[in-house]
Amino acid sequence: MSSPSAENDQWDINIKSTRGLLEIDIAEIWRYRDLLVMFIVKDIVTRYKQTILGPLWFMLQPIFTAVVYTLIFSRVAKIPTNGAPPILFYLGSLTLWSYFSETFGIISKTFSENAAVLGKVYFPRLVLPLAKAISGIIKMFMQFAIFFVVLGYHMTVTHMASPNWYALSLPFLLLLLAAFSMGAGLMVTSLTSKYRDLNFLIVFGIQLYMYVTPVIYPLSITSPSKQFILWLNPLTSIFEAFKYAFLGENSGIWSNYWLGYTTLFTIVMFMIGLIMFNRVEKKFIDTI
Amino acid sequence: MSNNVVIKVENISKQYQIGQIGTGMISHDIKRWWALMRGQEDPFLKVGTENDRTKKATSDYAWALRDVNFEVKQGEALGVIGKNGAGKSTLLKLMSRVTSPTTGQIKIKGRVASLLEVGTGFHPEMTGRENIYMNGTILGMTRKEINRKFDEIVDFSGVEMYIDTPVKRYSSGMYVRLAFGVAAHLEPEILIVDEVLAVGDAEFQKKCIGKMSDVASHGRTIIFVSHNLLAVQSLCKSAIYMKSGTVADYGPTEKVINNYLSREIQNCVERKWTEDEAFGNDKITMLSARIISDKNEDGAEVIDVHTSFDVAFEFINHVDDQAINLSLVLYTTSGVCVFNVSTDSLKLSTGRHRSILRVPGKLLNDDIYTITLHFIKDTSVMILSLEDLLTFEVLDVKRGDVGWFGKWIGAVRPSLDFSLDRI
Repeated sequence: MSSPSAENDQWDINIKSTRGLLEIDIAEIWRYRDLLVMFIVKDIVTRYKQTILGPLWFMLQPIFTAVVYTLIFSRVAKIPTNGAPPILFYLGSLTLWSYFSETFGIISKTFSENAAVLGKVYFPRLVLPLAKAISGIIKMFMQFAIFFVVLGYHMTVTHMASPNWYALSLPFLLLLLAAFSMGAGLMVTSLTSKYRDLNFLIVFGIQLYMYVTPVIYPLSITSPSKQFILWLNPLTSIFEAFKYAFLGENSGIWSNYWLGYTTLFTIVMFMIGLIMFNRVEKKFIDTI
Repeated sequence: MSNNVVIKVENISKQYQIGQIGTGMISHDIKRWWALMRGQEDPFLKVGTENDRTKKATSDYAWALRDVNFEVKQGEALGVIGKNGAGKSTLLKLMSRVTSPTTGQIKIKGRVASLLEVGTGFHPEMTGRENIYMNGTILGMTRKEINRKFDEIVDFSGVEMYIDTPVKRYSSGMYVRLAFGVAAHLEPEILIVDEVLAVGDAEFQKKCIGKMSDVASHGRTIIFVSHNLLAVQSLCKSAIYMKSGTVADYGPTEKVINNYLSREIQNCVERKWTEDEAFGNDKITMLSARIISDKNEDGAEVIDVHTSFDVAFEFINHVDDQAINLSLVLYTTSGVCVFNVSTDSLKLSTGRHRSILRVPGKLLNDDIYTITLHFIKDTSVMILSLEDLLTFEVLDVKRGDVGWFGKWIGAVRPSLDFSLDRI
């Protein structure tokens, strides 16, 4: 006779009521990689169906917003950008910010928006938020193309922007941003699968959050005591590092200390998000 | 050793909260959380009523499934039958891993694909081609597999011309055919299929059943839920009969179906009145009306298209020497009059009388019929009319060796001499 453990091994799937905190089947997600790709394709392709400009809209959107912000915040409100060309300043931080707000916003609705599909078929649920995080990065790259064109112009013609070697940290900064957005999204979608109250706060919260993140102003214009509070926001160090690296040493502050804080914060939040998502995903369909 | 068992369902139960989710639920959640924190059992697992939808709920919890156990062997085609609300779909959802059981476990060996719906994940803005890949990967196929089957899928669904048109411009028939096309080309080791055959036209249903028996004959395992008993009968060797969340019967399909029919078909085949409260007027009062069916080949007392049956009435005549005849009208539920038959007109004395109508087998179609009875005096004056006196259902469970399981049309389905010869 085989031992009980050997007997359990011969089953491929064991459907039970509970499972471990971080029991995530990475191999299974890998097996479903084609589905992941399809979700990413769907996200990008369906956005610009029946438009003439197609994916160009991804690039035009931040230009329009950056122009409006330049007019309002720079010309009317006279918020300084510390030497960086305002349009470039806003283009850069808005590209990062729109990644966060869109990715976090959509992932925080993973369960409710996909209930119809999730109620009919099994696939590793984590594929959905993962696809959103990745398709967001692809869109962000398209938007960076515009940023780099404007940056090139200001580097060569006006000499108002001076990127430095820290620019090589961009992949790391984007990875942090993506993990932060996804971790926060996973937490919120898990919390709102049964009681939806939090959803109402989220919409309002994202708007407010933008003002405590250095999106429309450089951190250096705030007083030291306020700066400390703003640094506590994990996104602050990412935004400041980005501006420091691409716009010039006056436009942002590079802080190893606070980047370390953000990295730690993001890892912890991402793990908590995963654990919560993992706990909820098996049963949310009964209460969504 | 039970080595070829590929699905093992062990003590599966599923509890649902009923009613709205809102402030009322949070106190339960807090109590449950508190119990779990102290290492105790969920206090609400002990409560909950049987899932009978017709009764008023007495608890905030209902058991959709209770202690379900069964095994499926490799290559077996298992049918799951039962009334609406018996727990069939919940069972399928659990096996498909859409939701998880409250208690118990299900062990599965092999790759599973479940079809609880066709066209899951279809996006209206995407083209037919894009949706084939989207739907296929959602159902667990890889891109490579879809590439290999792509032409077959397009062929099967017959939408070649529109393959690069967004599916929102498709007719509903094209949409369903494309969705089916993807589903039909799944090649899992275990296939779980819900009532998906209910959509699509007869020709398409035939195609799909054909595809499924193909799958079954290739050593793959199928679990098939359907209201179409004909399809279950021809596809599945064994079946499970679910009733109120439990397995009421499990065994060879034929036996299970007969058990199901004799327990679940709600016919009003017998009505009785005592002499005091007899139903009628001062001329005629009814004592009883009933349908007595001959036993079918399997010994079950159900009326199918092959069985003959009697309709018997007993009544009291209160007026001496009146000339009476009975006129019986048979309607389908859609109100079509199938026939009207009449007895001879006879002068009856006062007292009890009986009348019997013999309906031969191979006359009625599978449908629900109602009987209306009239008492006529002097072949011209209606003295008592009893509408919808009896209701009964004629079933179509055995059609013989045909590959078609759709609805046979017509108010009647007589067996007539209809020859076909080579000349």
